[in-house]
Amino acid sequence: MNGRFVRLGETARAKVSIVIDGQSIEALEGDTLLTAMLCSMRHVRQSEFGVEKRAGFCLMGACQDCWVWTDEGERLRACTTVVEAGMSLVTTQPEAQWANLAL
Amino acid sequence: MKRAQADVLIVGGGFMGAATAFFLRRRGKSVILLERQLIGQQASGTNFGNVRRQGRLLAQLPLANRSREIWLRMPELIGHDAEFLMSGHLRVCYRSEQADMFETYARDAKQHDLDLEMLHGDALRKRFPFIGPEVLAGSYAPIDGHANPRLAAPAFGRAAAKLGAQIFENTEIVSVEKEGNEFRATSADGRTFHAPVVLITAGAWGSTLSEQFGEPVPIAVHGPQMAVTEPVPYSIAPAVGVSSPQIAEVVYFRQVARGNIVIGGCARGPAFLDVRRAKVLPQSTLLQFRQAQRVAPALARLNIIRVWSGVEGYMPDDRPIMGASGTTSGLFYAFGFCGHGFQLGPGVGDTMAELIDTGATTTPIKPFDIRRFAASQPPEGGPQAAPQLVPAT
Amino acid sequence: MGEPRIVIVGAGPAGVRCAQTLLAAGIRPTLIDEGRRDGGQIYRRQPEGFTRPYAKLYGTEALRAQDLHETFTRLRAQIDYRPQTLAWNIWDRKLHIVRDGEASALDYDALILCPGATDRLMPVKGWQFAGTYSLGAAQIALKSQACSIGCRVVFMGTGPLLYLVASQYVQAGAQVAAVLDTSAAGARIRALPKLLARFDVLRKGRALVASLKRAGVQMHHCIEPVEIVGTPGQGVGAVRFRTASGKIEQIDCDAIGMGYQLRPETQLADLARCAFRFDALTRQWLPQIDELGRSSEPGVYLAGDGVRVLGADGAENAGRLAAHAALIDLGRSEQAGALDALKREQRRMDRFREGLAQAFVWPAQQAAKLSDETIVCRCEGITAGELRRVIRDEGAQEANRAKALSRVGMGRCQGRYCGHAAAEIIADAARVPLEQVGRLRGQAPVKPLAIATVEDTE
Repeated sequence: MNGRFVRLGETARAKVSIVIDGQSIEALEGDTLLTAMLCSMRHVRQSEFGVEKRAGFCLMGACQDCWVWTDEGERLRACTTVVEAGMSLVTTQPEAQWANLAL
Repeated sequence: MKRAQADVLIVGGGFMGAATAFFLRRRGKSVILLERQLIGQQASGTNFGNVRRQGRLLAQLPLANRSREIWLRMPELIGHDAEFLMSGHLRVCYRSEQADMFETYARDAKQHDLDLEMLHGDALRKRFPFIGPEVLAGSYAPIDGHANPRLAAPAFGRAAAKLGAQIFENTEIVSVEKEGNEFRATSADGRTFHAPVVLITAGAWGSTLSEQFGEPVPIAVHGPQMAVTEPVPYSIAPAVGVSSPQIAEVVYFRQVARGNIVIGGCARGPAFLDVRRAKVLPQSTLLQFRQAQRVAPALARLNIIRVWSGVEGYMPDDRPIMGASGTTSGLFYAFGFCGHGFQLGPGVGDTMAELIDTGATTTPIKPFDIRRFAASQPPEGGPQAAPQLVPAT
Repeated sequence: MGEPRIVIVGAGPAGVRCAQTLLAAGIRPTLIDEGRRDGGQIYRRQPEGFTRPYAKLYGTEALRAQDLHETFTRLRAQIDYRPQTLAWNIWDRKLHIVRDGEASALDYDALILCPGATDRLMPVKGWQFAGTYSLGAAQIALKSQACSIGCRVVFMGTGPLLYLVASQYVQAGAQVAAVLDTSAAGARIRALPKLLARFDVLRKGRALVASLKRAGVQMHHCIEPVEIVGTPGQGVGAVRFRTASGKIEQIDCDAIGMGYQLRPETQLADLARCAFRFDALTRQWLPQIDELGRSSEPGVYLAGDGVRVLGADGAENAGRLAAHAALIDLGRSEQAGALDALKREQRRMDRFREGLAQAFVWPAQQAAKLSDETIVCRCEGITAGELRRVIRDEGAQEANRAKALSRVGMGRCQGRYCGHAAAEIIADAARVPLEQVGRLRGQAPVKPLAIATVEDTE
């Protein structure tokens, strides 16, 4: 696991499967979505106005830096969302057609 | 006491005042611009940001056309584009009465070089795939657009100063009086400013000053209800607005180049002249949410991050006050633009400068004459004017 | 009158003690909290299913944390408790809340705001790289998720929290490369008289430092952050700083926990139209309160770190005081005399707060030294140079004007993490006193609000 966060304990929890950028990864019950993502990878999104990846900042729902896109185009604040089985996130911006409805 | 003198005093440093100061300087007139706070802080800086001709009173289109020409040349004129995006303006509706009105307007507006494209049903959704299923029809103005109100008036102010206009911010004017052939404006701290000509561009506070010259007008004061989303990929090109007889349905939104979507409409909020503040009511924001989703369902996925308002002045006939005073020679007005003055700003500045400099304008502004509210005269073109189905944006 | 409607915002130490005090007076308050569980930040509860005992989680504060949590567990059924509920706006004596996408409004006779605080940050070049976290975040990762923010962590900034979090990380088995304190060790000595107002805390602080030394963690004082070295794709790789002797040093790391004490969350007080005053000691604007926690607005009370940072004990005390103030004002209290002890305690905490501010100084002077390419506003990606340009070329001298012209503070966090540093930059570039720069005008929503939000029609 090439994650950013390091688990120091509490690992005897039930596993929860989610998908990030199309890849299935394992999280643990009680993880926030941010923790789940960062235990498997090193970022959660692309900055809108800079070239850098972002990986959250305050972990308490104040900085708003960890809003991520689901693969259906919904918005979740990763540090205040508890991970749930079946969640599917993308770490890149959606395409410009995100606002378009299927005809 | 310090005394300052110029050819023209401008009282009120919003878009109209700053633009007029700029254009007067280009005509070689010396200008003193007086602003109680900072240039462009009230209606000028807090409005929705539409730069549109579509939907305006037909009699206002010549002025809007003149203004549009200047919008296009702003980078070369003042070195700033105020983030003007000529990405089009789309008016939509839910009912056939509005669709019919769009058609009528499109026919009538052609004489003023406003070319509009009507789109119905699936054709509309094919052209603009973000439009939701409830929308019946739309009228598209391809060369309208939108810009950033926070930047426009200050940019004109700086350009005017660069040309030599004397600009006094944080200068509250407590009285404007005429003695002989000269006007004297007095600030709260006792400074006086003198000129043979005064232009009142004091926005919602305009009537407070016009009243001192025997010309009060029934100006109503409201706050636009504005909200903005987080930045998201740029997807929605035109500024979009709903036309409806029900104000609550009249939502509008526009996406800026950086990706945020500005949302306004559906309601007006309370505004207070004394404290110079206006408020966004929580229920306005929630109402906008509901209405915005009807027009573009995908907006339901986003969050807003901020709301704001400002103090706007509205006239009962939805037309501004513009032109010479009816009582006092050398006195001019340009205020009360009913929440739809942003696009007109550069044109108003250019036109008022022309009026002040030459005594006449090449652009008709008679419908905006202050005399229409004079007590002894019936309002000109008031009751006969076509009813406005599109509240001003 | 009928039963007064009292609404508390925040289920941390202040809010919980406030609710407890009101219940004891026979009033059933409504308690709004954004979180999933009670406890606030410093006593943040781990998720259900986690097993670490209190002693491991809260160290020397274990008993206080436990008492607070157990108090809440006892009283939760007796109050109108609304977790996962955001208070996003205040207008016309109604608190506007949203939960699960449903918005509603609560009337109140008294509103007691206990929203707590966040870390106070000073930008440093490269702080936008992935792997840079606030100190509070580093603590939350550990306390609430049993994670370290990285393989090799550097803690940088100032304040007691710096040492506390570093020590907690070491004890939990994380690798801590260094603790870099911008304050001088000597400053603590000078502030000692005020710090002695909370001798127990002071003593615990010294023990923390000792334990870090024993664990072999590098510690530097009087440092000046220079740069967080990293790459856009990989994030943080090292931190560069200037030592007290002027030497530039670099320490490899993949995570940084950074912070300079705390800043109160004042947005709700602002929306409630409470008056603020400039606190010269900490160089920030704070809502005004009287000694019991009454704001300038009738019916609105402020308590805890959300009005001025006194720490958990101070917050608990403030919560009690604010409850008493509301009870007195609603004609429901005969306890005026019993307040003397609480007020004395609060004054003692205030002295300690002043000592902390003197010992762990907000590094205001760093703002002027930030290079032009340093990001100031993380949300909008605006650099110090861009901010300075609107001051120099467009005449901005005030916080809101600078925001309107530069976009600093216009992002999702609404200036929480850039506001203070931006004000310092503006003051420096415009050459005006910091107080004259003013503060960012608060606007709703307090946090991002979903357009999908519907009005609760019940």
